[in-house]
Amino acid sequence: MKNALEIKNLKAGIGGTEILHGLNLTLPKGEVHAIMGKNGSGKSTLAKVMAGHPDYEVTAGDVQLDGKTILGLDPDVRAREGLFLAFQYPSEIPGVTIANFLRAALNARRPEGQEIDAVEYYNELYQKMDLLKIDRSFTSRAVNDGFSGGEKKKNEILQMAMLEPKYAVLDETDSGLDIDALKIVAHGVNSLRGPKLGILVITHYQRLLDYIVPDVVHVMVDGRIVKSGPKELALEMEKKGYDWVENLAVA
Amino acid sequence: MSDAELQEKPDLQIDQDQGNFSYPEDYAFDAGTGLTDKTIDYICDAKEDPDWVREFRKKALKVFDEKPLPTHWASKDLENIHFNDFRYYLSKGAKPKRSWDEVPDDVKKTFERLGIPEKERAFLAGVEAQFDSEAAYSNIKKAVAEQGVIFVGSREGLKDHPEIFKKWFGKVIPTADNKFSALNSAVFSGGSFIYVPKGVKVKHPLQAYFRINAENFGQFERTLIIVDEGAEVTYMEGCTAPKFDSVTLHSAVVELVAMKGAKIQYITVQNWSPNVFNLVTKRGLAHEESEIKWIDCNIGSRLTMKYPGVILKGRKARGEVLSIALANNGQHQDTGAKMIHAADETTSNIISKSISIGSGRATYRGLVHIPRHLKGCKNNTECDALLINTESRTDTYPAIVTRGDVSKVSAEQIFYMQQRGLSEGQAMSLSVNGFVNDLVRQFPMEYSVELKRLIDLEMEGSVG
Ligand SMILES: Nc1ncnc2c1ncn2[C@@H]1O[C@H](COP(=O)(O)OP(=O)(O)O)[C@@H](O)[C@H]1O
Ligand SMILES: [Mg+2]
Repeated sequence: MKNALEIKNLKAGIGGTEILHGLNLTLPKGEVHAIMGKNGSGKSTLAKVMAGHPDYEVTAGDVQLDGKTILGLDPDVRAREGLFLAFQYPSEIPGVTIANFLRAALNARRPEGQEIDAVEYYNELYQKMDLLKIDRSFTSRAVNDGFSGGEKKKNEILQMAMLEPKYAVLDETDSGLDIDALKIVAHGVNSLRGPKLGILVITHYQRLLDYIVPDVVHVMVDGRIVKSGPKELALEMEKKGYDWVENLAVA
Repeated sequence: MSDAELQEKPDLQIDQDQGNFSYPEDYAFDAGTGLTDKTIDYICDAKEDPDWVREFRKKALKVFDEKPLPTHWASKDLENIHFNDFRYYLSKGAKPKRSWDEVPDDVKKTFERLGIPEKERAFLAGVEAQFDSEAAYSNIKKAVAEQGVIFVGSREGLKDHPEIFKKWFGKVIPTADNKFSALNSAVFSGGSFIYVPKGVKVKHPLQAYFRINAENFGQFERTLIIVDEGAEVTYMEGCTAPKFDSVTLHSAVVELVAMKGAKIQYITVQNWSPNVFNLVTKRGLAHEESEIKWIDCNIGSRLTMKYPGVILKGRKARGEVLSIALANNGQHQDTGAKMIHAADETTSNIISKSISIGSGRATYRGLVHIPRHLKGCKNNTECDALLINTESRTDTYPAIVTRGDVSKVSAEQIFYMQQRGLSEGQAMSLSVNGFVNDLVRQFPMEYSVELKRLIDLEMEGSVG
């Protein structure tokens, strides 16, 4: 499909163990979808497989970005094609400031010799930071080095804002956040919503979906999507618990 | 070169990689291979050395022959240096040039390949570049000369300024200091001689580039810098060598003398090709209240052994070594620092950062000597290592450091950066630059930029 991120019958695993057992999901551009699932159901595996993590192997199926397969491409090529992953556990990069890191990431998307102009860059950076309500001193700190959980997640959203992906996968961006941090992150995501971006919000609590209201909710059990529905499905999940859908999965 | 010769080497092309280039050889003087008394005579005759230098060289050759390789503590790889296979003297036969226009085109090309910015090329008045053994370009910036600063090749130094030259030559680093200082003392050629008179603060850094241009050629430059009372100078050397198949030897000796209250900053950014044995002795003598600072960045080479040192001879003298070593696959960086405290209230600071990639190996050797009877002496030693992939190894001798960390660039970190669109090479390069960042910030701006570029080139080349 031209304007969608499509996951088709995806089977993938690590170290010979299959974790995703034929997963299907279509995320049209411009929509926000949520994946809900218990710990260990394979949500992060799905995110990393899509992003091309070298430890995972894909045994069947396909992942297509706007109709083109991205499996087999290096992680950086997928990223430049427009796929962004906000990590559940973002890495630290000591000595590299957020400002320099983001500038390098933007320059990697441009032809050689056409690096982004410094003034233009900082204008854009500060504009995005204002939009996301992030203090400007943030950018001179080394990427995630000594950051609190909330700061790490804010940093992920800032990068997403700057890199302007076509599709963004947010892996448990809510985990470990207090309510204030959660609101800031949700505000950031909401302000980036629009017709040019598809967002896949991975979470294991319903709570985040009060702030980022999805168009579609998918429920994941043991490496498969077992139920999809409108945003109310999240509330139903909250009320009835995962046992309810686990029974669906068996049925 | 004759047409016939050119036809024999039809594909002499300039490599696209920076610092990886060579030009046709055209040597008016060539000492042939091997090292005997006769080689020394050849060198002395070609260079028209005064008698005292001839004697000095011959004595040094004896010391060199007698001294064993330091393989009881250093790498056994030293045994693979076949001293008789090298050429010990090559000369363009060219007199040092005075203006940019007179510089041979191939040397200009070298500067271009080294990526010296246009702006700085105009500044090359202050540059003395080494074309193999002799200075092919030497032009003292007018302002510097007006201040009474002497900035010439070592050969001119010993001929035209014997009174200052002889007083300090071989005094900071005696011939017998080690096997390679003896080798250098026997066959030295090229390098700089600098004298800065009392109270003169040289504003612009003086620069030199060294380059090995011939296969099987050893380069043995000898630099002597004397900075008189209250004077200040910064000296910068860059090194690069084209890639040849066979082993190449670089063995320099650099002696610094800081008189009372003087300041010397000596900066090296070297990028040797992976077949170079780089065995260098560097030491400074710091008199009362003077300051000697070595900034030493070692990238490339097959084996580098280099431990810049400062003898803190006068009260309140200060010595500093800031070093970065990058050992890529198959390379060994054996570097460190020596601080010899010999007066009260002397202070020294050593900050060393090493990066090992793949089978690359970085060794840090530190020697800090503070006799018990001295009062108010201080040393700070920090020694950090970054490992990129599990094969790499790093060693610290001795293990006495004020602060030291070993960190790794993890696969997760690389994946994280790749997910942002950076290639694997760019990601590694960024990690490495981040690791050295706090140290590089203390370097003068233009060198930190050059170092960053070299790290980028090195890291891009290190991934498949
Ligand atoms: N590196 C790994 N090696 C082996 N098994 C793993 C690895 N990472 C995750 N798993 C397993 O894969 C399953 C799914 O994990 P994950 O994708 O992290 O789930 P979620 O993100 O939904 O909590 C779990 O059973 C987990 O134990
Ligand atoms: Mg997870």
